[in-house]
Amino acid sequence: MIKVKINGQEQSWDGDPNLPLLWFLRDEAGLTGTKFGCGQALCGACTVIVDKEAVRSCITSVNDVAGREVTTIEGLHPNGDHPVQKAWRQVNVPQCGFCQAGQIMQAAALLMDNPKPSHDQIREAMSGNICRCGCYQRIENAVHLASTGV
Amino acid sequence: MNFIDNPRKLHSFEKNIRVEKVSRRSILKGLGITGGFVLAAPVMSRQAFAYETGAGKMPHGVVVDPRVFVAVAPDGIVSIVAHRSEMGTGVRTSLPLIVAEEMEADWSRVKVQQAHGDEVKFGNQDTDGSRSTRHYLIPMRQIGAAARTMLEQAAAKRWGVPATEVKAVNHEVVHSASGRKLGFGELAADAAKESVPSIEGLKLKDPKDFRYLTKGQIGIVDLHDITTGKAQYGADVRLPGMKYAVIARPPVTGGKLTSFDPDAALKVPGVEKVMQARGWPWPSKFQPLGGVAVIARNTGAAIKGRDALKLVWDDGANGKYDSVAYRKELEEASRKPGLVVRKEGDADAALKGADKVIVGEYYVPHLAHVAMEPPVAVADVKGDKAEIWAPVQSPGGTREDVAKTLGIPEENVTVNVTLLGGGFGRKSKCDYALEAALLSKELGAPVKVQWTREDDIHNGFLHTVSVERIEAGLDKSGKVIAWRHRSVAPSIASTFAAGTVHQAPFELGMGLVDMPFEIANISCENPEAAAFTRIGWFRSVSNIPRAFAVQSMVGEIANATGRDQKETLLALIGSPRIVKPAVKDLWNYGEPLDSYPIDTARLRKVVELVAEKGEWGRQVPKGHGLGIAVHRSFVSYIATIVEVAVDDKGKLTVPRVDTAIDCGTYVNPERIASQIEGAAIMGLSLAKYGEITFKDGKVQQKNFDDFQLVRIDESPLVTNVYIVPPASGTPPSGVGEPGVPPFAPALMNAIFAATGKRIRALPIGKQLEA
Ligand code: FES
Ligand code: FES
Repeated sequence: MIKVKINGQEQSWDGDPNLPLLWFLRDEAGLTGTKFGCGQALCGACTVIVDKEAVRSCITSVNDVAGREVTTIEGLHPNGDHPVQKAWRQVNVPQCGFCQAGQIMQAAALLMDNPKPSHDQIREAMSGNICRCGCYQRIENAVHLASTGV
Repeated sequence: MNFIDNPRKLHSFEKNIRVEKVSRRSILKGLGITGGFVLAAPVMSRQAFAYETGAGKMPHGVVVDPRVFVAVAPDGIVSIVAHRSEMGTGVRTSLPLIVAEEMEADWSRVKVQQAHGDEVKFGNQDTDGSRSTRHYLIPMRQIGAAARTMLEQAAAKRWGVPATEVKAVNHEVVHSASGRKLGFGELAADAAKESVPSIEGLKLKDPKDFRYLTKGQIGIVDLHDITTGKAQYGADVRLPGMKYAVIARPPVTGGKLTSFDPDAALKVPGVEKVMQARGWPWPSKFQPLGGVAVIARNTGAAIKGRDALKLVWDDGANGKYDSVAYRKELEEASRKPGLVVRKEGDADAALKGADKVIVGEYYVPHLAHVAMEPPVAVADVKGDKAEIWAPVQSPGGTREDVAKTLGIPEENVTVNVTLLGGGFGRKSKCDYALEAALLSKELGAPVKVQWTREDDIHNGFLHTVSVERIEAGLDKSGKVIAWRHRSVAPSIASTFAAGTVHQAPFELGMGLVDMPFEIANISCENPEAAAFTRIGWFRSVSNIPRAFAVQSMVGEIANATGRDQKETLLALIGSPRIVKPAVKDLWNYGEPLDSYPIDTARLRKVVELVAEKGEWGRQVPKGHGLGIAVHRSFVSYIATIVEVAVDDKGKLTVPRVDTAIDCGTYVNPERIASQIEGAAIMGLSLAKYGEITFKDGKVQQKNFDDFQLVRIDESPLVTNVYIVPPASGTPPSGVGEPGVPPFAPALMNAIFAATGKRIRALPIGKQLEA
């Protein structure tokens, strides 16, 4: 039996310990905000925060996060008002929106680590997250806005 | 993304032309939600436009009826139906916003309700071809105006005053003479009893009174849900007792399963069942390929189980498909005469007599859509009833195909449309919904079929592959006097009918035969090309290779004559006029040429606008270059300037992009900008990396490592978008697709300016490194 804390709640799993966290979250725990885009750590759609770090849940097993704290988009802020989320809305970032949970989690992790990233640092930190719709200009602006308030 | 007039046209042929027998009753059923406008009114005309569009020719046409699209609840909440699919264009916001505008509803008290697939009720629902605003601006305004009029009539009756004395303003009706007011909610029940006014008599708002339209201050309706993870896409649907499935499909189009061994798969924890999935021979439109399905308690287990399957396939005739050899065949075909599809003057003679002939052979390989959300669908089939939840661009077509595939009446099929995590034309093909329906029927349980990224790349409906060969003949003064363009590419029609070797009129009409240059001798030809995999429409479709070829050739002519690119382009476009190509049945994106002519004044205008705003001719640092391109597609006009920087190692970056679009009368400039920004990224992705290749009939790429997309660190530093203010009464035109085609040629022209290297084959790949 693996125990893991997800968005502050204790969850347990007694199935395949190697099950990717992504599928545990989506199919077993019903937290569908985290998305499947590639399954190979190539797109960032499945990004969640484990302790304080952004990880790709598609290549992280449930076992890997045993006893640790996982935060998904659903748990980032109780009302969805994390500065990154607010900035995302202010800049009207999303098109289809499918990549955005992963983008937001990546950006939130970046700001925890580096509260005032430069534009180059933003571009570097966000480069693991693909947006097929091409919202990059706005993503960059929104991360900047979240970090500086302007 | 469209097929002739619509994706289902060939399907209709199969059935010997569908006779539209629309029951008025079913249209009058109303929304079935609280309060609101229901029933008992004269039948409205289905179409009454200020200008003619092709909307009426789409399957099931247009329904203009407030009782179908609008409901007002006693608490004042106004529900407006979005009958088109949201895949990132903002249509789920923009169409209801048009209704709210005309109706004087307060947007903060509007709820958008997504229509299920039902074209008899809602009219055509195919969300493709950059058509939604173009076809629905006027109908949505009429619906809103009719609803407003009914509310006003109800208030006037209540007060015993003439209807002309009352006016709906921001969610209430006011009688200014007496200062009385009634909220929409208070009037809902009475308004429902009013008869629906005739369309002809409706008074539409004066655009100067618009609160929302053309303002672009309204965020998309799903913005909060998207940023909090609550937005529901196809894969997010969960039903009690639902099984999770992935399918191993034939690696070669048209291949068949020879044998399989499920034992190892069945040992994977969580795997419950392995079963054969029904497939159809190629080509058969959107029917599933078949293969072996692994059913499990979660998607992760299903994928692991599938990895453990032992499978033997018979690849069939397409097992020889090889992209290297095929490209040679296309090139050879392009060097010989082909079916003449446009002829003006005598291009052969003029080329022979030309002072100089410039030849360009341009190659664009297969592309995969790779929408961020791979195909996925949930189905629950019970007896002769089916319910589907899926991200589909064609809810009505999906319903039709599910019914046909299961052999049940269409009325027994409910298609619930989730948000689409991108579409780009891939999700106009509902094969994944059919797969889910078939599996659910067999299992007797709800099933989710999830495609992996590898499935998406291996078993898609790819963008065609093409060689576009252009010969331009110049006289002594450098004027182009002859133009021969041969386009060789397998047609989308090959996915519908075996043996197709020529492109369909809708493909020829995308930048080949509608070429707008003022040249005396023109020959457009279409040599034969057979298909060896499934070809489908991909955002912008044939406009991608055509704009790439034609606009690159403009750059080549500029170079050969030592002239400025922009001046060369304007000289080729020539005088402001309406182009009338000598083409039988010219395909004009399904629109009548009267309302949507090929207007070179508008084409010139976007070139001039982008040149002015984008500072064409500005000094750029060493190693940088500017390129320009213009293209008319989806009846819109778009010009783009790209600034590129190429370093000594051949690494390119894009400091700045400027795009001007004339899409006629528009609704939401903020979403237009986002579409154009995104189009630049998609254009850059396909130019830098986009290539699907085949060997032994199999796609050689598998995921984002070998089918790469542009990431944020390579994206343009800034993309500026300029929207041409429309002349009053200009019909609206497309936005979703037109932004992509001019990008790659503008980039190639910029690369040439920066480096002197002319790239004629996409993707760029390592071509700049040498
Ligand atoms: S799904 Fe995990 S990185 Fe793409
Ligand atoms: S918004 Fe569609 S993939 Fe990013």
